[in-house]
Amino acid sequence: MTTEAAVRPLSPFAGLMSGTIGPVLVVVLGLIAIWYVATVALNAPFQRDIYARAGQTDVPFSQMVADTLAQERPVLPSPHQVAIEIWDTTVNKKVTSNRSLIYHTGITLSSTLTGFVMGTLLGIGLAILVVHSRVLDKSLMPWVISSQTIPILAIAPMIIVVLNAIGISGLMPKAMISTYLSFFPVTVGMVKGLRSPELIHIDLMRTYSASEAETFWKLRLPYAVPYLFASMKVGIAASLVGAIVGELPTGAVAGLGARLLAGSYYGQTVQIWSALVLASVVAGSLVALIGLLEKATLAKMGMNR
Amino acid sequence: MDRPASVQPVISAKDLCLTFETNDGPVHALSNIELTIDEGDFVSFIGPSGCGKTTLLRVIADLEQPTSGKIAVNGMSPEEARLNRAYGYVFQAPALYPWRTIAGNVALPLEIMGLDAKEREERIARNMELVNLKGFEKKYPWQLSGGMQQRASIARALAVEPKLLLMDEPFGALDEIVRDHLNDQLHQLWAKTNKTVVFVTHSIPEAVYLSTKIVVLCPRPGRIYDVIESDLPRQRTLDIRETPEFLKIAHRVREGLKAGHSYDD
Repeated sequence: MTTEAAVRPLSPFAGLMSGTIGPVLVVVLGLIAIWYVATVALNAPFQRDIYARAGQTDVPFSQMVADTLAQERPVLPSPHQVAIEIWDTTVNKKVTSNRSLIYHTGITLSSTLTGFVMGTLLGIGLAILVVHSRVLDKSLMPWVISSQTIPILAIAPMIIVVLNAIGISGLMPKAMISTYLSFFPVTVGMVKGLRSPELIHIDLMRTYSASEAETFWKLRLPYAVPYLFASMKVGIAASLVGAIVGELPTGAVAGLGARLLAGSYYGQTVQIWSALVLASVVAGSLVALIGLLEKATLAKMGMNR
Repeated sequence: MDRPASVQPVISAKDLCLTFETNDGPVHALSNIELTIDEGDFVSFIGPSGCGKTTLLRVIADLEQPTSGKIAVNGMSPEEARLNRAYGYVFQAPALYPWRTIAGNVALPLEIMGLDAKEREERIARNMELVNLKGFEKKYPWQLSGGMQQRASIARALAVEPKLLLMDEPFGALDEIVRDHLNDQLHQLWAKTNKTVVFVTHSIPEAVYLSTKIVVLCPRPGRIYDVIESDLPRQRTLDIRETPEFLKIAHRVREGLKAGHSYDD
């Protein structure tokens, strides 16, 4: 009796839902279902106009649903339209073509990563200064914080224009906007991390009469590593946003931001949405990549409990 | 007791006071401390919480600054002694760095001292063996029990090869059985190496078993109530705790703790 009770399956989906894939899949399917409903609802008014102008009356509901999901310039494109557009502009186009989303993603990614590396280094540098100097802590930190209260959309065009005026163009201005957004979480995280060693650990270094530099390399920096990765995850997502925002005022030459801008110029909502979806996939992948790096680093440090 | 004038005490404190300024007014952590510790002594500071025993140890280690009075460690100021790495310090918690292996943790002070790799290896091996942790070099702290972690932290303090070992309730967080075992090991270690040990505890049997001299402190203000020179033989085993001589000293310590405490409750 007891063994029978033990082996009785809870539900056919019990196995599926115990991993990560199952729950994620359910959420994604749920979102797609909501998206479809919203597509029909949002595109229906325009579809009724079309029917009215064509003098069509009594269009069956099923016909109307099909039509709302297949408009050329819908208010909200349906998921499969976006999927087809992404497929068409990635797999079916040469990577070097400026109609290829991979080409544009590559452009955006290069300035994202450049900006992210600069932002991370800047953030770590600022944190080291702030932690080791009371004066800088008092004088620098308020500026670091207030830098983030300025809307990036307002400051981005100015950065681009000013840098162009002094002869810096192309990748660098966009990367600098990414830097501007990504140094902040890294600074805050690293300041917290470098200050997190317990008093007993700092006292220990004192009993060895260790120098400030030795205390930094042997205690503060290793202690701050988990904090660094947490803030790098925030930083890299912010970098991507920065790169895309940086592409908007450049006159829309190339990059995911350019695709968004061109799409909105010409009412190509399908193009806008496919760029958006791709941008979010890239952001998710970048954060996941940092997560993998974090796992590997902590494992190497023996802190992967 | 008379001592030859040429022999310098390891620690000598004269009229030592330390007052912490807090929002609730001054706290007299240490008041008029007079203390001499000679080379080879095993001295225990015992007293209730807040009697200043840990503070006194931290003053010796230059982790706290006295408000007034004089203190010398090896004839130097505590700061000079610290800069000369004159002592090894064992904290209440193991305070091992989680990203370093046990051997890596023992190597930490040796790296800071600038010893070469060969010398480091030798000292690590020697001290790991001394605390019975041979074979655990490559383990990380979290893979070891609490008692083993504390032993690793003792190995780390010993690796500095100090003549003076300062220990702040090193076995306070461990259970009775592990504690007995480590007390025995610590006693043998001290008997073997002839180091000077200053040991903070609030366990009477621990203090009496280990010490040649027991300093009873009492709180508010933190001061020395009694100094008991132990007449137990230098070589001891845990069995000595059943003898009348042991119980006599333990009794005197207990009376001291009681008397020091009686005025406020």
